[in-house]
Amino acid sequence: MELIIPTMAQMAAEGKQPDILFWVGCAGSFDERAQKITRDICKILQHVNISYAVLGTEEACTGDPAKRAGNEFLFQMQAMMNIQVLDGYNIKKIVTGCPHCFNTIANEYPGLGGNYEVIHHTQLIQQLIDEGKLKAEGGESFKGRRITFHDPCYLGRGNNVYEAPRRALEVLDTELVEMKRCKSNGLCCGAGGAQMFKEPEPGKKEINDERMLDVLEAKANVIASGCPFCMTMLSDGVKHIDKEQEIKVLDIAEITVRANGL
Amino acid sequence: MAAQIVFIVILTAAVYLFGKNVAKVRRNILLGRDVDRSDNPAKRWGIMARVALGQSKMVKRPVAAILHILVYVGFVIINIEVLEIMVDGIFGSHRVFAKPLGGFYSMLIGGFEVLALLVLAACVVFLVRRNVIKLKRFSGTEMTAWPKSDANYILITEILLMGAFLTMNASDYKLQLLHFGHYATAGSFPIGAMIAPLLPNSTEALVITERVCWWFHIIGILAFLNYLPYSKHFHILLAFPNIYYSNLNKKGKFTNMDSVTGEVKAMLDPSFVPEGTEISRFGAKDVTDLTWKNLMDAYTCTECGRCTSVCPANITGKLLSPRKIMMDTRDRLTEVGNDIDKHGKDYNDDKSLLDNYISREELWACTTCNACVEACPVNINPLEIITEMRRYVIMEESQAPASLNNMFGNMENNGAPWKYSQSDRLNWALNN
Repeated sequence: MELIIPTMAQMAAEGKQPDILFWVGCAGSFDERAQKITRDICKILQHVNISYAVLGTEEACTGDPAKRAGNEFLFQMQAMMNIQVLDGYNIKKIVTGCPHCFNTIANEYPGLGGNYEVIHHTQLIQQLIDEGKLKAEGGESFKGRRITFHDPCYLGRGNNVYEAPRRALEVLDTELVEMKRCKSNGLCCGAGGAQMFKEPEPGKKEINDERMLDVLEAKANVIASGCPFCMTMLSDGVKHIDKEQEIKVLDIAEITVRANGL
Repeated sequence: MAAQIVFIVILTAAVYLFGKNVAKVRRNILLGRDVDRSDNPAKRWGIMARVALGQSKMVKRPVAAILHILVYVGFVIINIEVLEIMVDGIFGSHRVFAKPLGGFYSMLIGGFEVLALLVLAACVVFLVRRNVIKLKRFSGTEMTAWPKSDANYILITEILLMGAFLTMNASDYKLQLLHFGHYATAGSFPIGAMIAPLLPNSTEALVITERVCWWFHIIGILAFLNYLPYSKHFHILLAFPNIYYSNLNKKGKFTNMDSVTGEVKAMLDPSFVPEGTEISRFGAKDVTDLTWKNLMDAYTCTECGRCTSVCPANITGKLLSPRKIMMDTRDRLTEVGNDIDKHGKDYNDDKSLLDNYISREELWACTTCNACVEACPVNINPLEIITEMRRYVIMEESQAPASLNNMFGNMENNGAPWKYSQSDRLNWALNN
């Protein structure tokens, strides 16, 4: 599939308004692994003919890691600048591939004057499946795999989104398994609260290594994720236990793209 | 008559002392900053009914939940019996409700007795879990000698109180069978009847046993009442208001600081004049910088350790323990309160919650994953305290770990937490 990725600037120049803005996020923009997921989300949007656009170079960090670290000044600076850009383009609806961006824009921007309908990409995928616009056919079969979903904190506990990502997996002809610590009891990957950008405090082990115990116990060979930070931590965890051949870490968007052969 | 006077004096003193200590706790809680939790009363009552009365968050650990519900239901229902004991004590009557309630009284007493035995058994199991099996959840750096003793004192007291209640009933029952004095037949005593054969046969000894147990039971309850404000057991009362005043927002939503909004707006738009709200401090250095809800959380904590047992930082051996955050907050607040009592309102002891109680290493270990908040059966939020203290460390002291300062710098300069140019932000679209 050849991707056509429209930016808001282009659309505005043509006098067009997309139905939805795809908020890519910093990880989705710069992290090599996450970039692939970003492109897969675009593939899905294009596949189902949703009119969308990205901000491109006009997008900036939502301020999430600054806020979680305690830097409220920096967070509000980022938020207000982003709100100016979003309102400038008269954005009403946003989809994002990052639970941190999702949480920040949906819950914390309204207090600063930014009111948008925000959904996470797994919610969009669920919606498309429910509407019959997206299936799991014509692509890779996941038959014989054991897939488990790792709940990102800011999607699950933070915003009570537990079912949408699972719904996206249920359409696959595959075996879904839950880890011991799942849904509201899910164990963090270790990246939240700005930990992604610092060394962990001294301890006995890393949090992503602890999470691998749950993966091994569930005997899963695919860990599904919905967060670029979880993706990094889980991939590192799999590397640490030397199971890169046996256990794959895939985003829900990647799984959807593969299952549909997009 | 003398007994009635003694009873009334003890009762009055106990209620007065309890009221005084509760007022002190209330004053301490109100040392916190204001936060509005008066919205949505209907929803709040609902949450209180479900989480406090219905103990909905306890069920995640079924064994503890069953044992706890026994003690809880027992505690609440057996207290109906205390009402009768009060009336008897004040007016010198004996089992004043027996006659008017008739068969229903017999049923009530039967129920109380069965519950009392179940409470007693549950407390024994709780003691075994803590002291023999030594469950991991009940240990940890913050579980020093006092918190451990506190838990044991509570359980032992409850066992003694239930024991006294049942022995009192047993001796009463035996006296009733003997048709002795004013001990009129008051109904069936299912557990008392089983204990009765173990008691002496002399009516004199039975009367003494009955009276001693009666006094021990009621004085014990009043003493226990006065122990509550000094103990983790205070949760039996504070759980209700604490859950009523829960945060109704999504857990992922952190507060936006209004004091910062004005300044940021002025920076982005020089013509904007922020309202002249004097802010003493950004974030929290000491307990008085926290909200009253944070402080109520601290007094409500019963140190069960569910938060710490699910904390990813704690599980992997980091210093952070959400339970310690709550216990430190409470202990520091108690210290501040005692200082006010001794030295007046403006006394400064040169100590603070940060550094004297909670270290920076603990604060920086948090992943803000909300597992502790989710796990708390009484809706305590340790994460809010951690966040407020981080805010102080960052915005008042500029003491962030170096790597976080780098991240802040990148975000300020190029709009991303990493050192990538904003003009490269769409590069992912080029190589597909």
